[in-house]
Amino acid sequence: MNIIVLAKQVPNTTEMKVNKETGTLIRDGIETIINPDDLAGIEAALRIKEKNGAKVTVVTMGPNNAESMLREAYGLGVDETVLVTDKAFAGSDTLATSKILAEAIKNLEYDLIIAGRQAIDGDTAQVGPQIAELLSLPQVSYVEEITDIEEGFITVIKSTETHSFELNVRMPALITTLSELNTARYMNVKDVWESYDKEVKKFNNNDLKLNKEEIGLKGSPTRVKKTFIKAITKKSEKQILNAAKAADVIVEALNPHL
Amino acid sequence: MTKDIFVYVEVQDNKIMDVSLELINKAKELIDSRKDFGFQVVGVLIGNKISNLAAEVIYYGADKVIVCDHADLSLYNTMNYAEIIKGIIKKYNPEIFLYGGTILGRDLAPRVSAKVNTGLTADATSIEFDPNDEFSKELWITRPAFGGNLFATIVCPNHKPQMATVRGNVFEKAIRCENKRGEILEYKYDIITNNAITLVRKIDKIQKKSDITKAKIIVSGGRGMSSNIDLLEETAINLKGEVGASRALIDEGLCPKTIQVGQTGKTVKPIIYLACGISGAVQHTAGMENSEMIIAINTDENAPIFDVADISIVGDASKILHELNTRFK
Ligand SMILES: Cc1cc2nc3c(=O)[nH]c(=O)nc-3n(C[C@H](O)[C@H](O)[C@H](O)COP(=O)(O)OP(=O)(O)OC[C@H]3O[C@@H](n4cnc5c(N)ncnc54)[C@H](O)[C@@H]3O)c2cc1C
Repeated sequence: MNIIVLAKQVPNTTEMKVNKETGTLIRDGIETIINPDDLAGIEAALRIKEKNGAKVTVVTMGPNNAESMLREAYGLGVDETVLVTDKAFAGSDTLATSKILAEAIKNLEYDLIIAGRQAIDGDTAQVGPQIAELLSLPQVSYVEEITDIEEGFITVIKSTETHSFELNVRMPALITTLSELNTARYMNVKDVWESYDKEVKKFNNNDLKLNKEEIGLKGSPTRVKKTFIKAITKKSEKQILNAAKAADVIVEALNPHL
Repeated sequence: MTKDIFVYVEVQDNKIMDVSLELINKAKELIDSRKDFGFQVVGVLIGNKISNLAAEVIYYGADKVIVCDHADLSLYNTMNYAEIIKGIIKKYNPEIFLYGGTILGRDLAPRVSAKVNTGLTADATSIEFDPNDEFSKELWITRPAFGGNLFATIVCPNHKPQMATVRGNVFEKAIRCENKRGEILEYKYDIITNNAITLVRKIDKIQKKSDITKAKIIVSGGRGMSSNIDLLEETAINLKGEVGASRALIDEGLCPKTIQVGQTGKTVKPIIYLACGISGAVQHTAGMENSEMIIAINTDENAPIFDVADISIVGDASKILHELNTRFK
């Protein structure tokens, strides 16, 4: 069985700050990580590998330095990694990205594709379902548990706001995982060591031969019109108070509603 | 020619989700802002035994409802639903298509976007027609962006329909009006035999103790409360409210994801939102800034949370909550 995991290298954005004067992101010194939902996808694939036997391939699209993340994936124990990279891909929105990744995946073998639900730097949660559509695969998003895999079927649990559903899905299929799905393992020292000798396969657009109209900025249906820092909506006087005074103020505000 | 604003009307347990009604009303507002276009608000209802709900969609502001009711559609299946929506888009050419940012909406809308090759903006917090050009049908969709207190306005100039998902509680639904009349159109469903996914069992969720989206009072904590989570709970009990949290507390494993407030958590609109030790990143405030009253406590007088607060208290949140709780003994 072949499993492809889609992963993205992201800045550790919970620590990201904006320069209020210029309205730009302060990127200096921000470390990059494997996107948490994707890391859960890798872990899920590795567990399937241990139980049922599988070849796990991690695929990412990004700049050349995303290779460091793929080395990390080797360190976790995956079998193969693919970096999809080309200047022509830069500026792609989610749909263009999905088209590129889908094309790359067509060059690989797969029974199951696992994508993280969403990336913490963009949070659009679109790439998984879009790739499923482009490859005509059944999809289950927001998978919180994989209960079984056998004979070309995977059984998963997903939840909506009101119910949970156990679903039996015929493979090939695509699922998206939540970071809550599992806790990722630590890198294995031996695997980390060996990861430096392993090959990171690279696909550029000479390999994929996508029409320039379909990719990058040009191929992206959505455009960023502007970015801005939120104008201050309200302003209340800041009160520096000791605990007792502060409690008074809060109780007074709460009183009509208790 | 493309026209009209379509809204996917989501049904769960034979009830229309509030977020869909909120979007119907938002679509109405958009249309009212450009009367010359002659657009209508069109609800799209898909499922099994849901025809009876079409009138409700009209009572909440839709001019038309397209209904696709079929026994095959009782279990939501992304492939089939997306195929139906594609058919509807091909037949009616909507200018705009909006979806609730629910689990289903966030599963369905991207699949549709790839199917009909158009753009989709997730988690919009504001939607308007191009404010600089009264003849433009270009939708300006704003969402919190990457990193700190940054917003991005996204457009989709050359592809139709222009699509967005919007979370619950971002917009308001209209007041239900039974006098409202509208048209109900049936959409014939060609049986698609996509049976790649079958239901093994449906599990009723253990009724969650709390649903912060319905709470009147929320006592919410951020990293500044990480060593005093108990205090948040105690305060919430005293105030008969619910505990909320910033993502920092979820990331640290101190609180469950179900109570996260913000762009990637819940959007809340309580009467009182008490923000304790929360810095006020845009991804957080996106989920709570429409609360009726925001009381913020933070040791840092420059914390951005104070920009959205109605009462701004500079001080130690743990000490203050502790003191507050003694008042209820
Ligand atoms: C794509 C994306 C999506 C995101 N989605 C969400 C989301 O849905 N919800 C969300 O909350 N965040 C979200 N975030 C994270 C967000 O950007 C912030 O990192 C997060 O909200 C910070 O949480 P915080 O305010 O609790 O922590 P911090 O930013 O660390 O702030 C802690 C605050 O506590 C104050 N403090 C410390 N001690 C005390 C004390 N004793 N008393 C009073 N104050 C004290 C400090 O002055 C500080 O202001 C998202 C980020 C990204 C990039």
